[in-house]
Amino acid sequence: MMKLTVDAMGDACPIPVVKTKNAIKELGGSGVVVTSVDNEIAVQNLTKMANQKGYTVSSQKLGDRHFEVTMVIGDAAPDTAASDTTKEPVVCTPDRRSKTVVVISSDKMGNGDDTLGAALMKAFIFALSQQDTLPDTILFYNGGARLTCENAPTLEDLQSLEAQGVEILTCGTCLNHYGLTDQLKVGGITNMYAIVEKQTEADKIIRP
Amino acid sequence: MSSDEKLFCTGGGCTAKLGAGVLSRVLSRLPKGPMDENLLVGYDSRDDAAVYRISEDTAIVQTLDFFPPMVDDPYIFGQIAAANALSDIYAMGGTVKTALNIVCFPETMDLNILGAIMQGGAEKVIEAGGILAGGHSIADQSVKYGLSVTGIVHPDRIRQNNTGKPGDHLILTKRLGVGILCTANRVGEASEEAMAEAIASMTTLNKQASEIASAYPVHACTDVTGFGLIGHLREMLDGRLSAALYAEDIPVFPEALRHADEFLLTAAGQRNRNNAEGFVRFENVPFAMEEIVFDPQTSGGLLFAVPGDAVYGFLSALQSSGLPAKDIGVITEKQDIDILVKGNK
Repeated sequence: MMKLTVDAMGDACPIPVVKTKNAIKELGGSGVVVTSVDNEIAVQNLTKMANQKGYTVSSQKLGDRHFEVTMVIGDAAPDTAASDTTKEPVVCTPDRRSKTVVVISSDKMGNGDDTLGAALMKAFIFALSQQDTLPDTILFYNGGARLTCENAPTLEDLQSLEAQGVEILTCGTCLNHYGLTDQLKVGGITNMYAIVEKQTEADKIIRP
Repeated sequence: MSSDEKLFCTGGGCTAKLGAGVLSRVLSRLPKGPMDENLLVGYDSRDDAAVYRISEDTAIVQTLDFFPPMVDDPYIFGQIAAANALSDIYAMGGTVKTALNIVCFPETMDLNILGAIMQGGAEKVIEAGGILAGGHSIADQSVKYGLSVTGIVHPDRIRQNNTGKPGDHLILTKRLGVGILCTANRVGEASEEAMAEAIASMTTLNKQASEIASAYPVHACTDVTGFGLIGHLREMLDGRLSAALYAEDIPVFPEALRHADEFLLTAAGQRNRNNAEGFVRFENVPFAMEEIVFDPQTSGGLLFAVPGDAVYGFLSALQSSGLPAKDIGVITEKQDIDILVKGNK
């Protein structure tokens, strides 16, 4: 089976797509095209094209600024294509929203010194807000409920996370218990059913 | 035009904008300073321009915009960059008063090219009724051009972008798809006719649309630029409201649909799609039309929210002035999704 490689490193969109389409034309019916690009947006635009055209597509990150997108065109069996590449390709799911839920049950991170624990938690929330891939939901309960309320050192970062589309939910019973119900400053109030449901439906749960 | 007087275009125009997601991270961290009640627009809203009240009946509107070339003719690039910068004043309902040039230009490049860019810009400022009153130039590796513009508006007549109401109709005054057309042109796929239409659209000031709107009860207004129709509509909905759009009614350059089907797509369009993921749902909308509503627009049209009983008069006035304006959908109370795009009514 014919396999063509396309070097689109350093090329801005839509050049990677144009080069890949030319290679597909060159295949004349069936085969494999492997395109190297240096940014994730180009991977997404290539994947979008493959999905629309009904090609089997997979992509993998080879380095900080190096991605490889593999498309199988025509009758070439997908498993043959996979064995052609040296590494196992990671399948790019069209829906990239695999659900990640962060569960925060205390206003401190880890056991030991509480002052350190509070500082670590603040740093954790900050680092979370700087990630390229953000979680879908952050749940706060028990002592964690303090972090979404007035004067919490984590408020600004949580507001930034919310502005970027992250769902932030704090346990209502917990706010009530600590007398904080009027002081909630970011996100919504939730109950135990939602807390259970969010976690059972999650693909990944992170507990700092 | 001789071949050495052409601009080298990479990802130009509003396709060069930073993504909204990245930007909001940085903006949310800036120190705010003491409040000033005379700053009417600018603190918290992500509006198009800042508005500052200087007396009971006058507020100044400030904005700036500049970007790399999206067309290779320097004179046309100057016109487009200026029309795009001036547009923010019109989105706020203001009148253009003064403008300053913003120039980045390589020392080694032919100065006639810079002359042509600035001529194009100056002509648009004059057409807007403003005065070009100065500027600032930097020696840089690549060409960038734009304007800093000051206008005035009556404090009671400011059009904000997030003050729409449920039941409002959404009126868009220019066709979508110029981002995709310019991208297709860069790889030699766009037809001359389509590029001429796109250029005519991008060099058209939003002045007329804005002036017509002043006779109607407009609730909100924004200009559709780098974040695409969906991105700017989301700013208008402000997380409080939802909207339903009818794909068939959205004005579009037909050839842009064809290029979208050929996947001649921008990185900025994909960033817009990534940002809107989870906030927009398509029902029976063809792939190409999905791409169009995410397409970053350079010098795009104005998007108005107007009450239903004003739609007919307003739309007729816009259309009879020659604008390809359309009623593209409605604002509703908050639904399960921010924006629903329907393929057929």
